[in-house]
Amino acid sequence: MINHDKIEKSLPLMVIMIVIALSWGGLAEIVPLFWQSETTEPIEGLKPLSALELEGRDIYIREGCHVCHTQMVRPFRAETERYGPYKVAAEDVYEHPFLWGSKRTGPDLARLGGRYSDEWHRAHMYNPRDVVPESIMPSYPWLFDDKVDGRVTPKKMKALRLVGVPYTDEDIEGAKAAVHGKTEIEALVAYLQQLGTAVTKR
Amino acid sequence: MLSTFWQIWVTVIVVGSMIGCGLLITYTSRGMKKDETTETTGHTYDGIEEFDNPLPRWWVFMFWGTIIFGFLYIGMYGLGNFKGFLKLEVDGEQVSWTSENQWKAEVQAFDAKIAPLYEKYSAIPVEELVHDEEALMSGQRLYKSNCSVCHGTSAKGAKGFPNLTDNDWLYGGTPAAIKQTISYGRQGVMPAQESILGAEGVTDMVHYVRSLSGLSHEEERAENAEANFKTYCAVCHAQDGTGNQLVGAPNLTDEVWLYGGSSKEIEFTLKHGRSGNMPAHKDILGSNADAKIHLLTTYVYSLSNKE
Repeated sequence: MINHDKIEKSLPLMVIMIVIALSWGGLAEIVPLFWQSETTEPIEGLKPLSALELEGRDIYIREGCHVCHTQMVRPFRAETERYGPYKVAAEDVYEHPFLWGSKRTGPDLARLGGRYSDEWHRAHMYNPRDVVPESIMPSYPWLFDDKVDGRVTPKKMKALRLVGVPYTDEDIEGAKAAVHGKTEIEALVAYLQQLGTAVTKR
Repeated sequence: MLSTFWQIWVTVIVVGSMIGCGLLITYTSRGMKKDETTETTGHTYDGIEEFDNPLPRWWVFMFWGTIIFGFLYIGMYGLGNFKGFLKLEVDGEQVSWTSENQWKAEVQAFDAKIAPLYEKYSAIPVEELVHDEEALMSGQRLYKSNCSVCHGTSAKGAKGFPNLTDNDWLYGGTPAAIKQTISYGRQGVMPAQESILGAEGVTDMVHYVRSLSGLSHEEERAENAEANFKTYCAVCHAQDGTGNQLVGAPNLTDEVWLYGGSSKEIEFTLKHGRSGNMPAHKDILGSNADAKIHLLTTYVYSLSNKE
């Protein structure tokens, strides 16, 4: 027998050993990616979200859309046939946090942009059953009344710039005006209509 | 491609830990008893003692099995820049496994299988293909995946999304027109008219529009709007209100209403305008888009043209 009771009787030692054991795979699989151009350089033509789209993204997160919808088309024929080109890491370099998700109660949304009309999205968000009778998605009628609060939009963009999203000073200055008076549904539809377009409209 | 540093990093961590696990098993097995025993380990936990038995043999084999599996896996699928010995067929060539190559091989294998079928269907004009039950079933599948979200699974549409089964067409119901609509989309534009007609004029126009299809209306108010209709609306909807398929202007004299024929809906349309948008599907449909559009056209055409 070896002295595993030493580890079992010492909490700090146990914690350290567990952390090492758990991080081992990440050291080989994740850490090298921080230095690979395939994962750190944006794809050609990728633009940061506009102020309105950014607010739409925050509404998407607030309403928990990512809980039921993924944004990750995997490289399988069945997926690319249904949703469009599979996702590559370099199209998400401006995503903080990313919204890949891990559970599909509804369909994947990574290639949603331009697939349906704005009117469809509005009708569908107001009451999904109006356009898709089989749908189990909840309704979001308040998005049509609530206005986007533009006071913090420039701050959000500044924070994103700190972590590498290339917003210009003009972008940030104009952000408040860009979302002024817009309803939440307008912001959300603007966000949804650009999803994946950097790849699909290329 | 990993740089030399990262290649060494990855290899050392992966292979090193696999060998390390093997050494750990060997090391811990050394002092282990070979057979079951009545000796205890000497520990007492709340009066409970533990026999100093060896690990079950199958358990130890599982450890070795996972390590051996790991090496076989790396041999097949590769590690970093080492590409592994597993081969896939892409573009007629044997290539190493990557997830991208696996996807390509999968798509190409399927395309090769379905190509003869698509070719056969694409060579038959829509008017004839509409009698081929199997082609219609393929078309229906494609319809359900790509079109039913807006037009409904039964193709009867919804408010703002045209019914495809009534043989009433905004942009024409010939196979060529349907194909054009699916491939390149349509952008309907009904401009808001309130600034031109004024509030009273809008109400008058509602009565006039309803009169065109024989719905209940006030005769006098309808007559007030007639001149305005001929001046402003007839450009798209034609003098007699029968519409114009070249610009997607609906026929106002029939019973089909895209946004509803109630006074309230017509008033909304006149005040705020409407903009229907059918997205272009040529790029959305992925590989074999032309053949798919041909089948979709056939299916949509069949909905209105099959007895």
